[in-house]
Amino acid sequence: MIVGAGQAGLQAAEALRAEGWQGDLMVLGEEPHAPYHRPPLSKAYLMGESSAEQLTMRGPEALARKAIDLRTGCRVKRIDCAERIVHLDQGDRLAYDHLVLATGARARPLAGAELRGVFVLRTLDDCTQIAQAMQQANEIVVIGGGFIGLEFAAVARKKGKSVTVIEAADRLMARAVSGPISEIYARLHVERGVTLRLASTVAGFTESAGQVTGVMLGDGSTVRAELVVVGIGILPNQELAAAAGIACESGVIVDASGRSSDPFVFACGDCTAMRLANGSLRRLESVQNAIEQAKACAATIMDKNRPFIAAPWFWSDQYDVKLQMVGTSSGHDASVIRGDTSTYKCSIFYFQGPKLIGIDSLNRPQDHMAGRRLLDQGVDPTPQQAADESFALNRLFQPEATVT
Amino acid sequence: MPKVTYIEPSGNEVVIDVPVGWSLMQAATSNGVEGIEAECGGSCACATCHCYIESHADQVPAAEQGERDMLQNAVAEIRANSRLSCQIKMSDQLAGLVVRLPESQI
Repeated sequence: MIVGAGQAGLQAAEALRAEGWQGDLMVLGEEPHAPYHRPPLSKAYLMGESSAEQLTMRGPEALARKAIDLRTGCRVKRIDCAERIVHLDQGDRLAYDHLVLATGARARPLAGAELRGVFVLRTLDDCTQIAQAMQQANEIVVIGGGFIGLEFAAVARKKGKSVTVIEAADRLMARAVSGPISEIYARLHVERGVTLRLASTVAGFTESAGQVTGVMLGDGSTVRAELVVVGIGILPNQELAAAAGIACESGVIVDASGRSSDPFVFACGDCTAMRLANGSLRRLESVQNAIEQAKACAATIMDKNRPFIAAPWFWSDQYDVKLQMVGTSSGHDASVIRGDTSTYKCSIFYFQGPKLIGIDSLNRPQDHMAGRRLLDQGVDPTPQQAADESFALNRLFQPEATVT
Repeated sequence: MPKVTYIEPSGNEVVIDVPVGWSLMQAATSNGVEGIEAECGGSCACATCHCYIESHADQVPAAEQGERDMLQNAVAEIRANSRLSCQIKMSDQLAGLVVRLPESQI
């Protein structure tokens, strides 16, 4: 039984079949849609380059061939771990042998954001509404200068809208990237016509007959807005697990193999927080995390071992610049630049002592992909090699020794 | 609607109607064709929808730099006809296209 029909839930179901699970396999999804690709929502879908149908991961026939019983529009009310029963909102009781929680996350709400014209950007339905509202709106305010907010800002600028981004921190994407990357992106967005209001808090909204007309800032000023998108992070959907007595902190706590504190319950994707070897909890909000944790869960259920140990990676498309991150920049004591920051074609390599800990790449996918292998294989280029564009990074690792 | 033949890693051939404007990846994954992962959902960010274009070599638009860079890092053998299937959009000119999928994507 899999609760959640997003990237993680579908991946868990397919991985279970691939690992040889012969029994019943049910996927319960709260949204009315079959599993769909979420990354294109804030980019191609809002640009109108991709239809909702094109985002579908697997159509009904494809799922039926794998005997995956997908039930959409289905909300779980309660989990009884002792009896191993899932209780649905409609009153149904479904028994399970193994339960995989892939309940995802929801957009962090902002107080006072119930006005018409104020949206969060998380689901297909959110984006369908935003796309519709955007046709009428010219003045757009984005609250939150993280990946989602900035990707949306880029789309809105490409559509010719007037765009202001309000960010509480003093730099963009502060939770995920280093200071130099934040500066490059601030320059990129300003060059493309975005007004940035950094280190600015939101005090409230102005409205007319229930429709938003502006965003009031902490300094007393007001930015006019016909449409507001709030992108201030996500909250893990861990309430079902917590109510069932499963250990949760900043997510459902799992180990690298997807085990929760209950021996028959596993979890994967945005709803989880993973316990690392050093005892700390790591929350990742990414496609890779959903896929790798789902595969880990499936393997564990089938008495195999496939822990998620690869270096974390992520990407963000803004305008024509693709940002790709692998590892982490946090805790670095030295960094070098490969390429040219002024042309948005560069990578920053982060070191802790002699050890490479992360790479952020702009329009340099070859650095990113090489970096994934370097980090997974524990191979450290010297800072001189990393900065030298004439030095081929793939000389340092064995291509056939790919770590999956 | 133009048809595309996908040859799965097992050798099994699947013929699918692909709407014009859809990518080869989108049509394959939504129909459950084996041999494509497409982890990033078509963002040209993962190189797990690698395919070999077996026909229509002259009609398939050339790859852009970003795709070529990502493609270098696909897991299976890179051949002259290697492409990322998320970057090829269906058109009437490509009716009857044959696409072969590699042994592995990850």
